Parts: sequence; structure tokens; C-alpha cells
Amino acid sequence: MTLSSLWVLAEPSNGSLTTGSLELLSAAHALATNVAAITWGDANAVAALAGEYGASTLYSVGDLGGALPGAPVASAIARLVESHGAPDAILIPTSYDGRDVAGRLSAKLNATVLTNVTGLADNAGLETEHPIFGGTQSAFARFTGSAPGIVVVRAKSFAAESTGGSPAVVAAAPIGDLGASGEARVLASHVEERTGPQLEDAAVVVSGGRGLGSADKYALIEELAGLLKGAAGASRAIVDAGWVPYSRQVGQTGKTVKPTVYLACAISGATQHMVGMKGSKNIVAVNKDPDAPIFQIADLGIVGDVNSVLPALIEALRQRA
Amino acid sequence: MNVVVCAKQIPDPAAPQSLEPSNNLNRSGKLILDEADTYGVEMALQLVDAAGSGEVTVVSMGAAADVAGLRNALAMGAAKAVIVSDDTLRGADALTTAKVLAAAIGRLEPDLVLAATESSDGYTGTLPVQLAELLDLPSITFAKKVTVNGTTINVERQTEAGYDEVTSPLPAVVTVTAGVVEPRYASFKGIMAAKSKPVEVLSVADLGLGDVVAAGTGQAVTRVVAAEARQSGEKHVDDGDGAQKIVAFLESIKVI
Repeated sequence: MTLSSLWVLAEPSNGSLTTGSLELLSAAHALATNVAAITWGDANAVAALAGEYGASTLYSVGDLGGALPGAPVASAIARLVESHGAPDAILIPTSYDGRDVAGRLSAKLNATVLTNVTGLADNAGLETEHPIFGGTQSAFARFTGSAPGIVVVRAKSFAAESTGGSPAVVAAAPIGDLGASGEARVLASHVEERTGPQLEDAAVVVSGGRGLGSADKYALIEELAGLLKGAAGASRAIVDAGWVPYSRQVGQTGKTVKPTVYLACAISGATQHMVGMKGSKNIVAVNKDPDAPIFQIADLGIVGDVNSVLPALIEALRQRA
Repeated sequence: MNVVVCAKQIPDPAAPQSLEPSNNLNRSGKLILDEADTYGVEMALQLVDAAGSGEVTVVSMGAAADVAGLRNALAMGAAKAVIVSDDTLRGADALTTAKVLAAAIGRLEPDLVLAATESSDGYTGTLPVQLAELLDLPSITFAKKVTVNGTTINVERQTEAGYDEVTSPLPAVVTVTAGVVEPRYASFKGIMAAKSKPVEVLSVADLGLGDVVAAGTGQAVTRVVAAEARQSGEKHVDDGDGAQKIVAFLESIKVI
């Protein structure tokens, strides 16, 4: 038996849809007979893409007039539930705006929301999988109330796979009256300069932790990442300490990465960090503490001081270049 | 300007964590103020200071047998704390928690509600926005810089690509990322003063929410299993050859 209907929040990004949205469309397509997507901005520009990844209908919230997406998009979805009936569940990517939509929608519909989901199965109804305690255990859950359940899914939980479907049919999803809740407005957007691949997409990720000793030592991480044509990441500890911006954070509260190789430098391996990187194909760890938890999951562990190992590694890679 | 900060007392994240037979998180050990909440407390204190009047109230839900974590916020400078504590709230989900906090916060009529982006034990990350919806307030999440100008709040909000400048009228709900401000350490004077600051303990009945809580959570954990363990590989103590070992490993997996 398959589920009859799943809706997916398809987040627009530069005229396309985010990878996380395509992953969820693929997951929904594998589980349900009918898949509809909800997007905002220029829906016509992404109707072919939404269809290719499994959506038959694309609900268009339209232009948000500068409003933060959370309130207007949740309002439009709530109205769709009223007018079209509830799907079995609504799948939402774990992202800044996705979480806003999920929270608003949950309160509007009095619907339960399950977050940090990394797996979905139809087990006589939708069953969700949640890694807990740093991914050492998996909790499975299901909705017990009336539909729709709201499911917020972590990035990279599913592969985005083209189904070869025809373009989704675009249908309007009006926002309705928001009252005070819709009054947050975006005045300007700033793009921070970056070089090299995105953290989530990089084949090589080099991350640094508190064991580096000081903020200036993070330059070693960036240089190493550059030499390996990878991206530089960070543990929560040094993000909280203000050494590097939040966008670099790997872990439960940051990004999930699954590169070909992950180099954890001076990262002890708090559960918070492990859940964001333990899906990496290969893990190399350098840490002074031979008992650091990171060594338990490392394919290659070097017990040593990053301040001697990393400069030597950088030198060796430079000579090969 | 009156600011409410949502705060949570959680089991020490550095200590081993476990589940009870009910699959609820074991909270029987010592509870501490979630470090993620200290940023909201600090920001609230700074905003009230800048406004020149008003106070900071900490609002929480959970067991009230030990409120040392809330006293910590009071020692930093918050004026009072409110905690909703009730056995019927054991295992409450995010939406139920949001309904309870909305009722507790609504009575205070704050100009601003601050919260962390998510707690460090449950990591649900939806509560502040659910709260905003229930209170019919605008919300701005993932603030990395906050300024208040009269009845307007301006926020630099973290995005995938960088940040957005976002503005909203007050009252509003704002979530702050860690590192947005440097939380102060409580002074000895602050710690002493905190001992006599009011901590109001409310029950579900006090808030008239018996029916809401009795309706349950709409979710059930069906099973918990050990995840497939990742095998550890070789471990070498660096005696000058650590870098070469890494180079050889990267070659073996054809990264270089």
C-alpha cells in the first residue's frame, strides 16, 4: 500500500528549487500516489523541474511582496488544506524558511510537527526516523492525530532523482489575510563572498574545532580545504566562540555533509557534531587526545597536534601541486 | 521596553544522555540553563538597557523542583521568572509547549519575545514560530544582529547565502543564534540578588489549559534502535609521519 497524497514545500532559489526540495519531491514520489508541491515567487519558472522530480501539481503562492516567507506561505498552505482536504503529510526541508513555515503551519492547523527527520517509510502509515544522541540511536515515530502531519526533513536524507515526469500543473494558492503575523519585511539581501564549493556539495570537507587553540589558526583549515578543492567547516564550539560564521557549522544545529572525505581537525567529536558528518564516506581525524570520541568513527586517526600535522600536510600537498 | 526570554532547563549536554522506558528524555539528573538561552537573556538585558526602562522576564516550562538554571538568568540581570510546571506536561510536544508558553507570555504583554533558535536537548526548532503564530505576532528567526528603534525592530537574519536585513513592528518574536552577543557572567552581587527575585510557578489549571494538554501530542515514538555503528579504522600516534599517513590515505581513496 502506498500513501495517497503527500505535499512538499518546494523552496525557490535563484530561479530554481533548492536541492533539499528536490530530495523531498523524490522521497514523496517513492511513497505516495499523488505528490503536490507548494512554492512561491515565479512558479512557472520551476513547474518543469517540480514535475521532473515527481510533483503533478505545483501550488503557487506567488510574489510575497518582500515579506519573510514563513507567515504568508503557511497561510496559503492552511487554506489549501481547507479547500482541497488534507494530504497524509506535508514534507518540509530543514532550512531557515522551511522551519518558519512548519512552525506557523503547525499552529494554524493544530497539527503535530516532527523535525530532524532522516528517513521516511510507509509502515501501515507514515513512519519517520530521527537520529538521537548524536546518531548512535534511531527513534521511529508516527502521527497519531488527524492529518496532515508536518514532517521537517534534514538535508541529504534522500537522493534527488529525476522521474522524467512532465511539467507540474500550476494552480494558485492565495495567501489570505495575515494580520500582524505577516508584518516582517526583508529590506535587503547580502551575499557573503565565498570561494570554492559549497559546504554541502563539496567532495572534501576540512573542519576545525576548539583544539586549534585560537581563531587565527583557522587559516590552516581554509588553506588545507583550498588545496584539496574542498570546503572549510567548523564545530559548534568555534562558531559560538565567534571564530567563524554560523554558515560554516557542521552538526545537529548546522549543516549535514556527506563528502567523499571529511577531515576533522582538533574536533573532539561531540554528539552535536557527529550527527552532521558521520554519513561521510571516509573520515580522517587529527586530535591530541587519544580518547577523543571522533576516533571511534574515523577511518584514519592521527593522535597528534594539529599545529604540527596540518602545516606538514599543507607543505606535502603544495609539493604535489 | 519589556522583554520576555524563553528559557529551558535541560540535562547537562556534556553528561551521558538516556531515554526513560516511556521514550521521554531522562531528565532526572541535574538541570542547567540551556547555554543557547544565555544569548537571548544577554540580548534582552542589553535592549532594555538601551531603551532606558523596562525589565526582562524569563519564561519556562518544565520541572520546578530545581530552578537553579532560571536563577542563573536572574543572576545575569533578569527581573523575574515564570515557570509552568505540571506532571501532565511530561512528554509534551513542541506545539503543546508553545500553547502553554503562549498563555504564560500573553499575560505579560511583552514588547518583544526572544528565544534561542532551538533547544540543546530536543532540537525541535519550531517552538518560537509556533508561539508567534499563537500570539498573532510577526517573527524573525536566526537573528545575528538586533537593534530596536522605538516600536520597530531591525534584524540581520542569517541566510544560506549571507544575511538579510529584516524589519518588523513590535511586539514580535525573534530567535537569536549563538554568538550574537557575549553572555555576561553573573556577578557575586547578581547571584545574591537573584536569590530574592520572584520565581512564579504556574500549573496547567492556572492557565486554563487543561483541555489543551489532555488532547495529547498527536505523535508516538514506536521504537528506538541502536544505529549501525561506524567501524573505526587505523589510529596512529604522530611521530612526524602523521601528514604522510594522511597523504597516503587520500591517495588510496583517489581524492588526490
